This record gives sequence, structure tokens and C-alpha cells, in this order.
Amino acid sequence: MNLNFLDFEQPIAELEAKIEELRYVGKDAELNISDEVARLQKKSDELTRSIFSSLSPWQVSQLARHPQRPYTLDYVDRIFTDWQELHGDRAFADDPAIVGGLARLDKQPVMVIGHQKGRDTKEKIHRNFGMPRPEGYRKALRLMQMAERFRLPLITFIDTPGAYPGVGAEERGQSEAIARNLFVMSELRTPVLCTVIGEGGSGGALAIGVGDRVLMMQYATYSVISPEGCASILWKSAEKAPDAAEALGITSARLQELGLVDGVIEEPLGGAHRDVAAMAAALRERLTQELDVLNAVPLHDLVESRYRRLRQYGAYQG
Amino acid sequence: MSWFEKLLPTRIRTEGGSKHTVPEGLWTKCSGCNAVLYRNELERNLEVCPKCGYHMRIDARRRLEAFLDPEPREELGEELAPVDILKFRDSKRYKDRIVQAQKATSEKDALVVLKGQLAGMPVVAAAFEFRFMGGSMGSVVGERFVRGVDASLETGAPLVCFSASGGARMQEALYSLLQMAKTSAALARLSKRGIPFISVLTDPTMGGVSASLAMLGDINVAEPLALIGFAGPRVIEQTVRETLPEGFQRSEFLVEHGAIDLIVDRRKMRATLASLVAILTGRPSPVLPPAANGPAGDSPPPPTAEAAAPAG
Repeated sequence: MNLNFLDFEQPIAELEAKIEELRYVGKDAELNISDEVARLQKKSDELTRSIFSSLSPWQVSQLARHPQRPYTLDYVDRIFTDWQELHGDRAFADDPAIVGGLARLDKQPVMVIGHQKGRDTKEKIHRNFGMPRPEGYRKALRLMQMAERFRLPLITFIDTPGAYPGVGAEERGQSEAIARNLFVMSELRTPVLCTVIGEGGSGGALAIGVGDRVLMMQYATYSVISPEGCASILWKSAEKAPDAAEALGITSARLQELGLVDGVIEEPLGGAHRDVAAMAAALRERLTQELDVLNAVPLHDLVESRYRRLRQYGAYQG
Repeated sequence: MSWFEKLLPTRIRTEGGSKHTVPEGLWTKCSGCNAVLYRNELERNLEVCPKCGYHMRIDARRRLEAFLDPEPREELGEELAPVDILKFRDSKRYKDRIVQAQKATSEKDALVVLKGQLAGMPVVAAAFEFRFMGGSMGSVVGERFVRGVDASLETGAPLVCFSASGGARMQEALYSLLQMAKTSAALARLSKRGIPFISVLTDPTMGGVSASLAMLGDINVAEPLALIGFAGPRVIEQTVRETLPEGFQRSEFLVEHGAIDLIVDRRKMRATLASLVAILTGRPSPVLPPAANGPAGDSPPPPTAEAAAPAG
């Protein structure tokens, strides 16, 4: 696999390159190098484990945005069956930065909504880098309400740098669209299960992120503002993003400790992109478990306890 | 205004706010028309320029003072104070910023919530204090707002909120973001119970406050020329790399695009909202003494006032 290594992974990259080279030579010369390869592979795994055991929040945020990180549709393909994507907000347009549709999780019908980023340049532009416009939130809203109507549990995947700061987005009521989703999701009469799979960027993330359980993948981030944005406002320099990432406490471990997310899903060694199949399997298992629990709760109690959870968010004196 | 200041787009010009905090100043310059104004007169006129109708920022308490009947009044969540749970530190410590803001404003945080009456009708009224860290929403603002909603739910009294905020408070990180969900969820309960919420968006109402409680009014009202939006104009300009259209994200722009119901002159706010609340709660037209809202008739109304509903 042609892995895209991040700066802090350079030592791993060098080792992996050596392994790759050895394999290549080995094929040619029919030398017995398998022992050597195995030894280096082990060394590489150890190195990865050691580097990944003490990642800084800034390094985690780079992983969350890794160009090879699996996106919503990568998981949809591997987790659900009978997937049928549904399009459009019925008012203005279809926003490709948010996808949604009907599917089955282990035979159970569900509604799935998630942010979608693009892989190559063309798709990145088509998906607007995963930054939704108002019609994206409104499509999501339509699908949420449909889920409620037909008693389908709602599963959302969060992965966005944030709402799109554009003229049209403002003209079409970006603020209202986000606010409306928070308003409706808080009372939606069906189980709602949210997972931050990559970047949980601010209001654009929260707009599909109000639920009964909010999970995060190990190397996902969730924040009120991007580290760069925060740095340029408070430190007056985007270069201070690593400091801002630290201060904002955007990692899954920190947020779970603060009680702001309910669970963390462990990622394969080196991050989700190193083993997408294993990641998808782990996610699938976790979603199934969580959903089983939520399905057993009477709707009235479910909505009540969702509200109680939202109500208690906050840290203050008095 | 100097020739240099004239070159600057209006949003980066220094607002009148900093000027009218000079305590001894007998005179103030209008940030809209540059007229030299008698401080006392401006105060009597609720910080609206008597010459051009420009709405300058007004403190949360003065706003509520002018909006509610003098009696009865009860403050909600007064005892709540912010904490620096994340030990957030940028160029300054959040803890120090809190102390500084508290000293400068005599408020513990950026939202004041009062239970009171409007023309004899029970209401709960909240107002953001923009001078407190840009009216940013953190845990205390969220909790006070929800306590206001709780009071409305308990008594059936309509809720009115005057927003003036740069958005979520970065120093409280994800706690701030979640206040958006918390306040919106509370408003969903209010709505379900059929209790009116009137949201008044004043200059400026941006970011996380705009994208939660402020846009969720049964009726969304704005003051003239207020900057209202999600993303800040500078951020948008940097993203789209073009100059923004004239009047972009101003109240008039929002009415045109269907985001708010009406623009109301601050001097007619009390009368207009009293009329709306009375209609929504099935009461007869309220009678307000003309002096209750400061001198309303001694200046020509600004052009935007025509968009306002006739005062009850």
C-alpha cells in the first residue's frame, strides 16, 4: 500500500521504504530475505506503537484529516447493506458535502447521514472539502424527520472542517439551518447515534451531532473552532495552531475524560487508514451494540434522557 | 472621522462603544453620521443617534431597564460564575480575561436574565452583554439562558432574548459548542408547550449564538443595520476572495433573504414587542405610557423604521 506519511511518521516511513526495497530486491535475486523483512516489519510496528503512544493533539488533528482517512461512504460500503442514497433538500439543491440515505445494519432498517469529503481533487471540489452549505443541513433535517416518521434509528457520521463560509451560504440562512437541526434533533423520537469519524468542526459538525450517544474514533477531533482559526484569532498567528490544539482539548481521550463524549472507538495501529477493513469492523460492532441498548429504551425515556444529557453540559460555579 | 478612517470598511471602524465608556465625556460622536451629540441626550434616546437614527451598542442592563416594567423584577442565575476548567491559556490566561471582563462590566458573565413584566404581561427577558468578552457564549451564558427558558416553562411567560455576541467562547472550547445544543434543546421544549419566544438580534449576532438560540424565535426581530450571520465577513472574504456586496449580513439583507421577520427601531422595541406578545398570548392590546420607552417621538425616525410593525 502506498501510504501517505505525515511529518511525525517520517521514521516509520523510512523503515517501510527499506522493507519495500528489500521485498523488491528479494523478488529479483531469489535471496531469502523473509527473515530480514519480518524483523524490519516488527521494528516498524514497534516504532509506530511508540510514536502513536504519545501523539500531541496537533498530530492527532493531522491524523483526523489524513488524506487517506476513511470517509463516510467508505464505512457505509463496509458496514451497511441495502444502502440507498437519497438526495436534496426539496427547496434549493442537493449538497454533496452531506450524504444520507436508507440502509440496513444487521438487517435492521436505519437512516444514515454523514459528512462526505472527496478523495481526489475533482471530488474534493465536488464535495466542497466536506464543508456543508445550508441545503446540506436541510437535506439532513428532512432525512431525520423521515427517520422519525418511519421509526428508523438515525446513525450519523461526523467529518467536516466546519460550515462553509461563503456568500451564498449566508444568503440562504446558514445560521438558521444549523440551529433548526439542533432544535429538531434534541426531540427526535427515534434513537440517534452519532460518531465523529474524522474532523468534528464546530457548528457544521454539531448540526448532525446531537444524539443519545456521541462516540469518537480514537484519532478523531471535535472542537468549537479549528486549531488554525483559534490560533489566528487568539494568538494572531495561524502558526500557533499546535498550541491552540493543545489548549482546546480536541482529542477523544480528553473529551471523554471531560464527559463531553460518551465513548471512544479504538483505531488500528497507525490510524484508521492503515487498516480500513478492521476499522469498519470495529465501528460496525460498536454501532450494533449501542443500537441494541438504545432500541430497548422506551421512546419517551430516550428523549427525556437525551434532554437531561444536553441540559447538564457546562462547567460553572454556583 | 479622518480621511483614513473613511477608507476603512464600516465593520473595522471603531464603534462608538469605546467612546461612550469615557465617564466624564459630556459629548459623544455618532458612529453613523459623525454628529457631535450631548451624552445625556443620547442616553435618554437609548444610544440611538437623534440625528440619523444610528443604533449604537447598549449595555445589557440598560436595555432590560428600558424594556421591562419597573416592577416586579427578579434576576435568574445571578449566582452563576464562569470557571476555567480547561486551564485555557493563549496570550493571556482565560482566568485573567474573566477577571478583567468582570471588572470592566460589573457582570459575572455575558448574559443577564430577568423575570419581569412587559406592559403588565409576565415575561422572561434576557440580554447579552457584548462588553463581556464580546458577548461570547460559554457555560454560564448557556445555563442562564436555559434557566430563563425553565422559568418560562414554569409560568407560561413568553421569553424575549436580545442577542449581541461574537459567538461561542473559544476559551471554553467544546463546552461552548455544546451550549448551542443545550439552548436549542430548551427552546424546542418551549416551542412544544406553545410558549412564545421572540428573538431580537442586535449588532452583532454571529457564530454559535446566531446558529442556535438567536435564529430560533417564533418571531425573529432585528435592530436596524445590525451585523448578523454565521461566518464573519473577514473569514468569508478570505475564503471567496472577492469583495462582499454592500450591506451584506446587515439586518436589511436578512429581511430580504427571509431570515428575520422585521426590523424594529430600539425606541419602539418595547411597544412593538408588547403588541406582539399580547397577540401571541391572546391578550387585549397593551396600553403603554409614551414615556415608558424614553423619548420616542422627538427625532425623525431612521429610514429602516418603516419596516417595523406599527407599535401597539
